[in-house]
Amino acid sequence: MVERVLLKGNIAIAKGAIAAGCRYYFGYPITPQNDIPEYLSSELPKVGGTFIQAESEVASINMVLGASAAGARVMTSSSGPGISLMQEGMSYMAGSELPGLIVNVMRVGPGLGGIAPTQGDYFQATKGGGHGDYFNIVLAPASVQEMYDLAIKAFELSDKYRNPAMILCDAILGQMKEPVALEEAEEVTLEAKPWALDGSKGRKPQFLKTLYLSDGEQEAHNLELKEKYDRIREEEALFEGKGLGDCEIVVVAFGTVSRIVKTAIQMARKEGIKIGMIRPITLFPFPASIIRETAKKIPRIMVVEMNTGQMLEDVKLSIENGVKLGFYGRPGGGIPTPEEILKEIKVMLDEEGF
Amino acid sequence: MKKVFSRPKSLVDCQTHFCPGCTHGTAHRLVAEAIDHFGVQEETIGVCGVGCAVFMYDYFAIDAIEAPHGRAPAVATGIKRVHPKKVVFTYQGDGDLASIGTSEIIHTANRGESITVIFINNTVYGMTGGQMAPTTLLGQKTTTTPYGRNSSNDGYPIRMAEMLAPLEGVAYSTRVSMHNAKEVLKAKKAVKKAFEMQIAGMGLSFVELLSACPTNWRVKPLEGQKRVEQEMIPYFPLGVFKERKEKNLNS
Repeated sequence: MVERVLLKGNIAIAKGAIAAGCRYYFGYPITPQNDIPEYLSSELPKVGGTFIQAESEVASINMVLGASAAGARVMTSSSGPGISLMQEGMSYMAGSELPGLIVNVMRVGPGLGGIAPTQGDYFQATKGGGHGDYFNIVLAPASVQEMYDLAIKAFELSDKYRNPAMILCDAILGQMKEPVALEEAEEVTLEAKPWALDGSKGRKPQFLKTLYLSDGEQEAHNLELKEKYDRIREEEALFEGKGLGDCEIVVVAFGTVSRIVKTAIQMARKEGIKIGMIRPITLFPFPASIIRETAKKIPRIMVVEMNTGQMLEDVKLSIENGVKLGFYGRPGGGIPTPEEILKEIKVMLDEEGF
Repeated sequence: MKKVFSRPKSLVDCQTHFCPGCTHGTAHRLVAEAIDHFGVQEETIGVCGVGCAVFMYDYFAIDAIEAPHGRAPAVATGIKRVHPKKVVFTYQGDGDLASIGTSEIIHTANRGESITVIFINNTVYGMTGGQMAPTTLLGQKTTTTPYGRNSSNDGYPIRMAEMLAPLEGVAYSTRVSMHNAKEVLKAKKAVKKAFEMQIAGMGLSFVELLSACPTNWRVKPLEGQKRVEQEMIPYFPLGVFKERKEKNLNS
């Protein structure tokens, strides 16, 4: 039987991680994600796991790197400034093809910023973030249920592709409570990781590295990584479509904003305006093809974000010429209201002569 | 005939990239001999620092990983927590451990992680071409201290073995040298002791090895060994600064 419990988003991620077989957490306190380390410091020891409060985010991500290299499912969590400090380690993880979950419960920036909800770290999350030519797998939940489900999914994808995965969410998703259906507790059997380091008993010694100095060696490695990212783009893009069958305009929004857009859609339907929505669930891979195909039929797209236009660029790259593209963004902790969104959509439709 | 000398099993039979008179090769051998002595070649995971130490994975016949610059103790922490029964060591130079990685070494030591840290102090950044290290001696000319290290501008050479010793999590902290055969034998004992401490689960064991970098010191190989003895040892005294006899009773 599926158990339904009322959970805070941050706790749902932590519970999802444990359900996925994650037994190692390394992290450093930062608001608004502290419920994750606090919960795991209490719960991981009960399931034979290890929790360490590291001295910094730099140390945290490198402990994650080490535990991952040793073959474990492992995670950390932080927020903006801490995630910035982790970028070096994430680049090394991508380069040495190490899985692991990094949760970013975003806070406002640049700089220390505030703890209000935002989507300002979209670029950092989806474009690599650290140095070098790489991508993270990025999942964007929009409910507490998805905080749980996507934590599990993130570990699966991360292991499958030997690539770091990130959950990108905000303080609203982290702090609000919703009912969550939990998977039945069962022993997780993880696939063997023959590349992991555990001493070389019964096999040749092996190593994990990112330094390639011989002529052409690094280029070959980068091309192999590209081939992997292309496979991820091909096979793993996820989205939620709403009202795409009969709409006049399509809104693209992720995470918290998609919830507000849903209210705007309901308000609009009462006024006879038909709005559809595409909600990317994976931000990398970005669900470009559904946006491209939808825009061929409905050539009016409005992007709504809690930033000054970051996912907007990926939408632009997804569509072809001739599509009318609008944007409404509230940065710095501002939260768009359904009324504001509807007003912006009406302006766009008026310009189009609807 | 009795065999009295051979390549340690834990070292790969290959030519290293180390310069003439560099003591990395000696340090590698001492670590490999300790691994062989305890019969843990197939139980050991090495973590390489960045710099000349990074090619360790090519020279040791053991599982190994390359850590970001300075982060080897954090990476080793992650590995050791997953495999507490395995032998985990870091091998780091002075730029790596005593400059960019001070936070990681101090906190890993303070947590008392049962890992072994091999620290190569040659008073200079080797691989990047001879810049000032935190261990560079006062007056020493490097490519970034062309007039000699000056304490009013550059601060003082840092003594890591002494600095780490008072931390509760440290089981063993020592400084040894490799400038002649007698000192190499002492260094061998120290490295062995450090691995013994780890295997006994005593806490972090730290061996600082005074090393020569004739290339970046712009001296001949033999003069390099003399410099270790005549200039480094007076500032970096050899000795054991901490040796825990019993396991930490904490918790």
